[in-house]
Amino acid sequence: MTTTSFSSTGAEPFAADASIEPLLSISLRVNGAQHSAMAPARRLLSDFLRGELGLTGTHVGCEHGVCGACTVLFDGEPVRSCLMFAVSAQGHDVTTVEGLGNDPSHLSPVQQAFAECHALQCGFCTPGFLTTITAFLEQHPDPTPDEARECVSGNLCRCTGYQNIVKAVLRAAELRREAGAGEAWAAGASEAAKATRAAEEGTR
Amino acid sequence: MLREVGHDGKVLAGGQSLIPVLNMRLAQPAHLVDINGISGLASVEVSDTAVRVGALVRHAALEREASARHTLPLLSQALGNVAHPAIRNRGTTVGSIAHADAAGEMPAVAVLTAAVIEAVSASGTREIAAADFFQGPLETTLAEDELIVAIRFGTFPAGTRTAFLESARRQGDYALAGVAAALTVADGVVGRALASFVSVTDVPDILDLTEAVRGQEPGGIDWSVVDDLVQGHVSPEADIHATADYRRALVGELTRRAFARTAAPEVSA
Repeated sequence: MTTTSFSSTGAEPFAADASIEPLLSISLRVNGAQHSAMAPARRLLSDFLRGELGLTGTHVGCEHGVCGACTVLFDGEPVRSCLMFAVSAQGHDVTTVEGLGNDPSHLSPVQQAFAECHALQCGFCTPGFLTTITAFLEQHPDPTPDEARECVSGNLCRCTGYQNIVKAVLRAAELRREAGAGEAWAAGASEAAKATRAAEEGTR
Repeated sequence: MLREVGHDGKVLAGGQSLIPVLNMRLAQPAHLVDINGISGLASVEVSDTAVRVGALVRHAALEREASARHTLPLLSQALGNVAHPAIRNRGTTVGSIAHADAAGEMPAVAVLTAAVIEAVSASGTREIAAADFFQGPLETTLAEDELIVAIRFGTFPAGTRTAFLESARRQGDYALAGVAAALTVADGVVGRALASFVSVTDVPDILDLTEAVRGQEPGGIDWSVVDDLVQGHVSPEADIHATADYRRALVGELTRRAFARTAAPEVSA
């Protein structure tokens, strides 16, 4: 077994080097598009999304599962991408914050609510909140204020004091209801996702 | 494979305790054996005597399992307190018990339900009683070449009601203290009262409180009688979040409330 030490001093910390350790081909679906890249077995899903796939919307905060900033949807359910290896996501479906909608003129209900309620300041923690709340509202479309607060208890924000984030959860639930359980948004988002995908493919 | 690398390897199931340890470089095993590809480990089987939970059953899946909730309500009562939903979606109940953190909820549940741990190695299978499994914080009697394939949580006698209570600084955080309580009533009077604890004992064990309340009608009991017994049983440590004395007082009160809840008249839905 080759042992390696990860150096963060290099110019390209994510450059995978097969001469140092074996690389595996990892294929998974991210935001509706199929992606594959080479990475060592020890690569965390969070680092894989950011480094290998260039999807830097997923933020890495504490790297031990406490802060929630790296939360993504794994087969539709929120998980900490820093507490999974990329190889474990082989063949699975991941939605990152980019997949919730990338079009400023067509925000998702949760994005819209965050903007309306001033639920973010620096924005570092926001991707984790958006993914967590989006999944929560799928299961709990009409939360009480207490449920809204509990829903974000696994995500840390050091700017806002949480009051506006809790308000945004409730507002997002309202927006979803107004839009008919999110159907209208979902249709729009799928269009937006297609456009994003086409743009991405254009740049390759 | 565990026989070859077990001395310097770790089993990876949900990884919600293991990967933080790796990320912080607190452990550097040379090998990780990922069991997620093994079929047949993700099932929950419910019988009259036990709820058998496979090694790949996520906390969230067990929490949702209606038959398990019905047969052994203590499971879902406790699971709702295990970290946050994003962790429960990935972390496994069996893995949490194998990890044997004294601050974990499910080791306390394993002990209180007299769970049986099913371990498999290249040389055969072995069953370990939960009472013999936990040795110390993060230490168990599992051999390095053994894999837990399932845990059978025992059911309680008819007439048993359970409760699980814990107190944390934030919903989903490690509990300052927690308690699992089981009250068995026969012919209208208390036949048995057992409790196990979270975060206040080195190793989860059962405190038998039956003698304090035996033969009494559950509705009329002043449960503060258990307070001293509980406080004498636990051995909490102080940390940045709370002093040992605070935890001791807290778990006494939580236990009183937990038993009061099991003794309260059934609330009709």
